[in-house]
Amino acid sequence: MRKSRTLNLGTGTFVMLGFAALFFLTTQTTSRGMSFASPPHYDLTAKFDNIGDLKVGAPVSMSGVEMGRVTKIAFDTKEYKAIVTMRVDAKYSQIPTDSDAAIYTQGLLGGKFIGLTAGGAETYLKDKDQIDFTQSAFVLEKLIGQVLANFAKSGGQPDSGKSKADAPAVAEPKTTEKTK
Amino acid sequence: MKLIEELWTSLIESLGALGSVVRFLLRLLAASPRALLRPDLIAKQIYNSGALSLVIIMLSGLFVGMVLGLQGFELLQRFGSEEALGTAATIGLVKELGPVVTALLFAGRAGTALASELGLMRATDQLSAMEMMAVDPIRRVVVPRFLGGVIAMPLLAAIFSVIGIYGAQLVGVQLMGVDAGSFWSQMRASVGLSDINEGIVKSCIFGVACSLIAVYEGYYATPTAEGVGRATTRTVVTSAVVILFFDYLITAAFL
Amino acid sequence: MNQSAAIIEIRNASYAVTGRPVFAGLDMDIPRGRITAIMGPSGTGKTTLLRLITGQVAVDSGSIVVAGQELAGIRRADLYVLRRRMGMLFQNGALLTDFSVFENVAFPLREHTDLPERLIRQLVLTKLQAVGLRGAAELMPAELSGGMSRRVALARAIVMDPEILIYDEPFVGLDPISLGVILRLIRRLNDALGITSIVVSHDVQEMSTVADAVFLLSGGKVVAKGTPQQLQTYPSEIVRQFIGGLADGPVPFHFPAPDYFSELLAGGEKS
Repeated sequence: MRKSRTLNLGTGTFVMLGFAALFFLTTQTTSRGMSFASPPHYDLTAKFDNIGDLKVGAPVSMSGVEMGRVTKIAFDTKEYKAIVTMRVDAKYSQIPTDSDAAIYTQGLLGGKFIGLTAGGAETYLKDKDQIDFTQSAFVLEKLIGQVLANFAKSGGQPDSGKSKADAPAVAEPKTTEKTK
Repeated sequence: MKLIEELWTSLIESLGALGSVVRFLLRLLAASPRALLRPDLIAKQIYNSGALSLVIIMLSGLFVGMVLGLQGFELLQRFGSEEALGTAATIGLVKELGPVVTALLFAGRAGTALASELGLMRATDQLSAMEMMAVDPIRRVVVPRFLGGVIAMPLLAAIFSVIGIYGAQLVGVQLMGVDAGSFWSQMRASVGLSDINEGIVKSCIFGVACSLIAVYEGYYATPTAEGVGRATTRTVVTSAVVILFFDYLITAAFL
Repeated sequence: MNQSAAIIEIRNASYAVTGRPVFAGLDMDIPRGRITAIMGPSGTGKTTLLRLITGQVAVDSGSIVVAGQELAGIRRADLYVLRRRMGMLFQNGALLTDFSVFENVAFPLREHTDLPERLIRQLVLTKLQAVGLRGAAELMPAELSGGMSRRVALARAIVMDPEILIYDEPFVGLDPISLGVILRLIRRLNDALGITSIVVSHDVQEMSTVADAVFLLSGGKVVAKGTPQQLQTYPSEIVRQFIGGLADGPVPFHFPAPDYFSELLAGGEKS
């Protein structure tokens, strides 16, 4: 009998540890916090041309203070844009309607997050409202591509004035992409 | 000419072996529902395969995590993004090292134990004796061991990953001075549930593969001391190759 | 007894392993309630015969009827029902290594019945008492001597009260005392429980003291049958060689080989 008790205890401990580890992995290493009873909040949406590798669960912050998280990423088939839904804590209810949302990167290789910058309007965003001013993710390849294109265009003329004149060309890849 | 002939026969042989393993798996699955009526037997095997492998899994997890912390820090520092250490270590552990290293250790610790136990039972007529007592050894002996291994593996892999993450944190944060806050927050921001799922799927499949190979080799071991030894060796070798092969397949499937 | 006198009837049975015939047209009747010895030189298929009788392997053609049940083409479930009526003692006992002596004997009861613990305990202790090992109930198989583990296995084989008890080489590697104990147990269990006993062995001396009937197998055929006394005076070369333990005879001393001298002379060139 004593033997079977240590056996039960060992098995039980092991299974408990295993499930605790699984629980830890699914809740603590990902951004799905343990929000069984989520605190009061409201949802905002924003359309972006390009969200890069923004993921569900990415933080939403203003002036570096975390205010909420991305809860859903969808695709608008009419405008060919990404629709990002974010859940903002109810205590940050005074975000001006003309605020803008941009996608930033944490560090050079870190994850993406949404940064809000307050506008000057007197009215505030409410539940289900859309943020109209957005700025897409900064995509490294695109930037490198632009720099290279720029460099190729300026050719053998290392004249700084010339390259400044070429500056509008930077926008060119963007427009071609839009028409695609 | 001779070479082609030998290649041909070995191809035929390996196809035959594969078929026999798959048929054995189907036999185990067919016997599983009735074996589930005896949870006490399965619990005992979870203990044998899982709880008894716990120490080696935890120790290995800690060291693998610490190495990841060190190497990851060294590498990320070159790009000036040490804060991504948490992400790098977690992704590496959860998706790759956790399932794969756990499975390899499992094959070495629990797989060989299973194979030699069953091989010895075969060699000492215990399996035949059960059959003569009208007890189906597949259902009474083999299936509980198989299911025990299948259940234990994902749990072991999860424990390995968690310990590993703390190992990486220990080195990265305590020794190398990465900010603890960014270690965890970056990890949370960029590790997705799909990453965790990939790890779980991997460890489940490895669990089935390792347990199946071990019980197959043991059950069909040549009933001699030498045969049992060969069965245990083959368990480790075959498991290792199969684990790494499946690892590639699953990784490719998840991309 | 309203059933036929033979509990096992083998008719024209043939069995081959990878094309090499082990038995061809074997006929055999094993009488009910007696001790039958199956003897013969090594490699004549004695163990294979046991595997056929117990349904571990199936005949290629012919029929084997055990206790009224045809074994050829039997369903697995029926075979298991039949096996509950049979007990088998393996050469080295084949005790389950991770169970104690008590649990080994209780194993068939626990697997096949829902008896209360008190009753199981009674049954197990009775059987252990019968083989004289009640005091060893709490020992593990690894702590037993060869003779003792065979006695425990015997207790396990009779715990379900079988009709047929099969012994596979029960005397191999036993000291004279253990051997005497096993011999006595075979006789006593047979008489007391009315079990049909089938003993496979090649120990002529021992078997002639205990067996009621003897079948002598050689080359996949029954070459002689009768009481041990009848076999002593059997008019056949092979029987005389086997019973008398002669080194040469119909079973040759030399494994078949080319002519000795010519091989010696050719030796240098061959390898």
